[in-house]
Amino acid sequence: MAAGASFPPVQTGRLRIQTVEAKGDAGFWGLTLYLKPRTLDQAVSLLAATPGQILAGGTDFYPALGERSPQGNVVDITALDEIRGISIENDHVRIGGLTTWTQVIRTPLPRCLDALKAAAREVGSVQIQNRGTVAGNLCNASPAADGVPPLLALDAEVELLSGDGRRRVPLAQFITGNRRTLRGSNEILTAVLVPRRLDQAASAFLKLGARRYLVISISMVAAVVQVEAGRVSEARVAVGSCSASAKRLKELEKDLAGVPATSAIGGAVRAEHLLPLSPIDDARATADYRRDASLTLVRRALEVCVGRL
Amino acid sequence: MTVVAGDTTMIAFSVNGRDVEVSANGARRLSRVLREDLGLTGTKVGCDAGDCGACTVLLNGEPACACLVAAGQAAGCEIVTVEGLAKRSPVHGRLQQSFLAHGAAQCGACTPGMLVSASALLERNSSPSESEVMDAIGGVLCRCTGYRKIISAVLEAGVACGSGGVKTAEAGAAVGARLVRLDGQRKVEGSEIFGADEIPRDALGVRAVRSPHHRARFQFGDLDGFVARHPGVVLVLTAKDVPGVDCYGVIPRCADQPVFAHREARYRGEAVAAIVGEPDALEKLDLSEFPVRWEELAPIKTIDQGLADGAPRIHEQRDENVLVRGRVVRGDVEQALKQADFVVEGEFETGFVEHAYIEPEAGFARRVGDTIEVQACTQSPYMDRHDIAKILGIAQEKVRIIPTAVGGGFGSKLDLSVQPFIALAAWKLGRPVRMVYSRTESIVSTTKRHPARMRLRAGAMRDGRLTALDFSADFNTGAYSSWGPTVAGRVPVHASGPYVVPNYRALTRAVHTNIVPAGAFRGFGVPQAAIAQEQIYDELADRVGIDRLEFRILNALNNDTPTVSGQVLGEGVGIHACFEALRPKWKATRSAGSQFNAATKGPLRRGVGVAGMWYGCGNTSLPNPSTVRIGLKRDGRIALHQGAVDIGQGSNTIVTQICADAVGAPITHFDLVSGDTAISPDCGKTSASRQTFVTGKAAHMAGTKLREAILNLAGACKCGELRFGDSSISVCENGKSHTLDLSSLPVDEHGYVITCQETFDPPITPLDENGQGNPYAVYGFGAHMAEVEVDIELGTVRVLKVTASHDVGKAINPTLVEGQIEGGVAQGLGMALMEEFFPGKGENLHDYLIPSAGDVPEIESILIEEPSSIGPFGAKGIGEQAVIPTAPAILNAIYDAVGVRIRKVPATPDRVRAAILEKARGGVRG
Repeated sequence: MAAGASFPPVQTGRLRIQTVEAKGDAGFWGLTLYLKPRTLDQAVSLLAATPGQILAGGTDFYPALGERSPQGNVVDITALDEIRGISIENDHVRIGGLTTWTQVIRTPLPRCLDALKAAAREVGSVQIQNRGTVAGNLCNASPAADGVPPLLALDAEVELLSGDGRRRVPLAQFITGNRRTLRGSNEILTAVLVPRRLDQAASAFLKLGARRYLVISISMVAAVVQVEAGRVSEARVAVGSCSASAKRLKELEKDLAGVPATSAIGGAVRAEHLLPLSPIDDARATADYRRDASLTLVRRALEVCVGRL
Repeated sequence: MTVVAGDTTMIAFSVNGRDVEVSANGARRLSRVLREDLGLTGTKVGCDAGDCGACTVLLNGEPACACLVAAGQAAGCEIVTVEGLAKRSPVHGRLQQSFLAHGAAQCGACTPGMLVSASALLERNSSPSESEVMDAIGGVLCRCTGYRKIISAVLEAGVACGSGGVKTAEAGAAVGARLVRLDGQRKVEGSEIFGADEIPRDALGVRAVRSPHHRARFQFGDLDGFVARHPGVVLVLTAKDVPGVDCYGVIPRCADQPVFAHREARYRGEAVAAIVGEPDALEKLDLSEFPVRWEELAPIKTIDQGLADGAPRIHEQRDENVLVRGRVVRGDVEQALKQADFVVEGEFETGFVEHAYIEPEAGFARRVGDTIEVQACTQSPYMDRHDIAKILGIAQEKVRIIPTAVGGGFGSKLDLSVQPFIALAAWKLGRPVRMVYSRTESIVSTTKRHPARMRLRAGAMRDGRLTALDFSADFNTGAYSSWGPTVAGRVPVHASGPYVVPNYRALTRAVHTNIVPAGAFRGFGVPQAAIAQEQIYDELADRVGIDRLEFRILNALNNDTPTVSGQVLGEGVGIHACFEALRPKWKATRSAGSQFNAATKGPLRRGVGVAGMWYGCGNTSLPNPSTVRIGLKRDGRIALHQGAVDIGQGSNTIVTQICADAVGAPITHFDLVSGDTAISPDCGKTSASRQTFVTGKAAHMAGTKLREAILNLAGACKCGELRFGDSSISVCENGKSHTLDLSSLPVDEHGYVITCQETFDPPITPLDENGQGNPYAVYGFGAHMAEVEVDIELGTVRVLKVTASHDVGKAINPTLVEGQIEGGVAQGLGMALMEEFFPGKGENLHDYLIPSAGDVPEIESILIEEPSSIGPFGAKGIGEQAVIPTAPAILNAIYDAVGVRIRKVPATPDRVRAAILEKARGGVRG
């Protein structure tokens, strides 16, 4: 193939493939291929055939590049309308992977997802909320991912699709550490599934940062409280930015069962309940402060939930 | 699906209503396609990470950061950039006019992002609330304005004319008018040319190879092989390629910085080489493959490590790693402290602060025959000319510096950044060479505010009179001198605050470390000193048992009392008036705060704090002349050559207002000639709050001279009135009118009918060995009152309001003065509560936090005019003055609210909470 020669597009079935424009000795694999599948099937077969980084909202993809242009294949999945948007199904709320934070804010949702909406409003800025996706937030798996605590508190699952098939994984297992997940490189996170068991429970999300907008949290808390006959029948609490990934406070959840749903609910929270957290010292705050502030935030989040009942 | 195995594909979309098709890699950032492929440079790039929002565009009507959008994602979409706003609908045009009228654009680098974000809001909601406006613009950072004028501009975009700005003024009435800035229209249209906005055809790019270690020896491998292996890479420059003297610095006697490190890199981020090549090729480079081998050495990171016995010298010629010492001594401080009824002492600490202007450094250079032209963002064209000539080994006359609009400077763009790299490469290759710093590169390699460690003892008598202050400070000045000597020299003169302190000793040292150089940052060390001194005085007032504001009023300087350097100003000491302006609010707010705290059952506590400030305008006991040339043209217009670079603060407008009234001509008759060193004389650096005062005075003198020359030409006396027409001037005297026909008059070598050039250098005297003398001709004074709310459980601090009174001598343009105050308050707030740069960590704008739109409270400016007869129309500087009292006022308010003294800034939530817990445990306060 002559250097610099370009060839006309070739139609092959549903795939429109424009063949190689080779440049000198760089060869096929030295180039950055930008691939934009039109359907989920295409995307899956593409990822099965060739390695590539998935690009969706770009809000984590581009900052990670630094000064370099993208290297290797880039598979832009933003044309896959099948996995965009939120549907309320019988036993769960299905949040398509490409759903942006703005869509989360604008879509009417069951009350248990108030916390997720509140988190969506705290993601970066309007600009970031308009582009960034729920799936991207989970796959990027930052310890400070705003979307994780509210979804973790609701026992959400993620749905992953690849040429090997479809699988569901609880979010709590999906994120395995700081920027680590169970997603295979050929898998697309197609949806987040939120069980509707606590549909009408009150929920709240509190984020603590050192400035108002565009801030990475020092700590954040999502709480969900279900009440029967004036007492907590079920409570869920998740804390982010205080461990390699957000953590549920299971002992606290147990201890909250049966507690009167009054503004004094915060009194049920003790420092020991935060033992699952393993905060670190960093430029944003000390570990001691994170533990201490998280205790306050957990109490306040529960109080907000009770106030909303 | 399009599978493109070549790099590029055709992408079609609409921009500002026009259908376009570009050939680009689909993964290329949309921001680059807009700027570089489509020439729409109104969209600014501040961070390439979604952290600053400067590149905000509308994508199908919704705001998005163009740096985070793939070009391929724009396919089939409708994009609107700042250039397309005005024709989109009348809403946008009104918003742009509202920005101008409110002074909402200062440097203009964030303005496109602000306008686009606010437009999206106004399209949905024509009368938004303040919090809706904040939410809408919260994703765009601004470092100049403090956001308040932007918020007002959006809120009042629908109101015809709004409050404020006028576009013209009658002859003789420009000074004092709220004139819309003369360069404002370009900023709201997106047509202003900043450092990165002119992209010469065929320009090569540069990427610097920088040390990843704080201190490391290095050796290059096969550089020729590297060039050969990378098609498109043209050249690698290293220290051996510097033809002249490879040693530059803003203070020539302390110059010590090489363009490229020689054998050992002295700080993380120091350049060791520069790769020059085709822009596409450079973008693809993986710099970790560059052939350099590092040998990491133990770095000196702190002041103590620098001063330690046996510490390696960072510069051979500097013992103990001390760059310079400063000293001001008056009276007998030890004796006075012994005799004082009350003595308080304390130690205070501040960290590195990043300038974080929205425009990273950028520019290009080209060789024109035996001349090198450097067009870049800078605060100091003539200083750049001096050093570039030295580096290239050519005469200064062979270097032409063309300053672009500057997207914020605050002191850091006084030092060279991209200039040596582009000048060297263009000189060598004979091709235009362009360089644009990434945000990370800007943060790692350009100067910072000096971290300070300060110890103070202050004494007062029972009647509240201050008798003594013993102040010592060490500053971490980093690896090279930059402005370290200026900080160490200016602080001792100012560390007393604007008070009478009869017995005084201030000793400072600037200590080298293996950290990025600390340099000039709004206030040259005085903001750090004020954080310590204004807190200590609060403690002293409490000890004496006197109200904190009254203590300051009692001790404030006046026209007849000597400063700590023994200077008696005789006039223009407005500090009393500044404090007294706060008195009614102080009393009311303190009592409201106490009532709130007594009544509350929640975790919030309110407090009020006050702090004073003084600041000398211009260089400390050193000459700093400005020369202004004005020319009367045959068409009756007046060319104003004013070389004072406008970095957003407004010197283009202020200096013209002064000159217009000196001449007696309407401001619309003036044509501004830029600070290009080939066409305008030297107005010195935009620094030290000197442009209104020094360049303004030179413009006043030149304008007065032109007026006299015109009257003389017309044979009229000094009281004649001038009326400017087309190609003519009518001179009216005693009811008689005489018309000069300019078109028939000969022109001089500048092409003007009359040229007047005047130089002003402030009258100062040298300081003696005890720092006694007249270091400045004029001082600005001010006082801030901060109201805060502290969450005692979380340690978070919310500033509710700042009231800022400033003696500016004469407010040449009140809107621009308020803009300086509000921007200064925002930077002071950042310094107090959130800003600290940790070298080697968080080299971006999401880890390094500056205040966002939601963090800056209402700011009430009170302008005091105690004229200085030396300044033009009595005016003094305001740029740096504005930032100094905010942080100590906030820290004093935190103490007032919760009884803890924060001695190490920033007062982050963890530090405040720790202090509250310590106090609750009965520990020593603070």
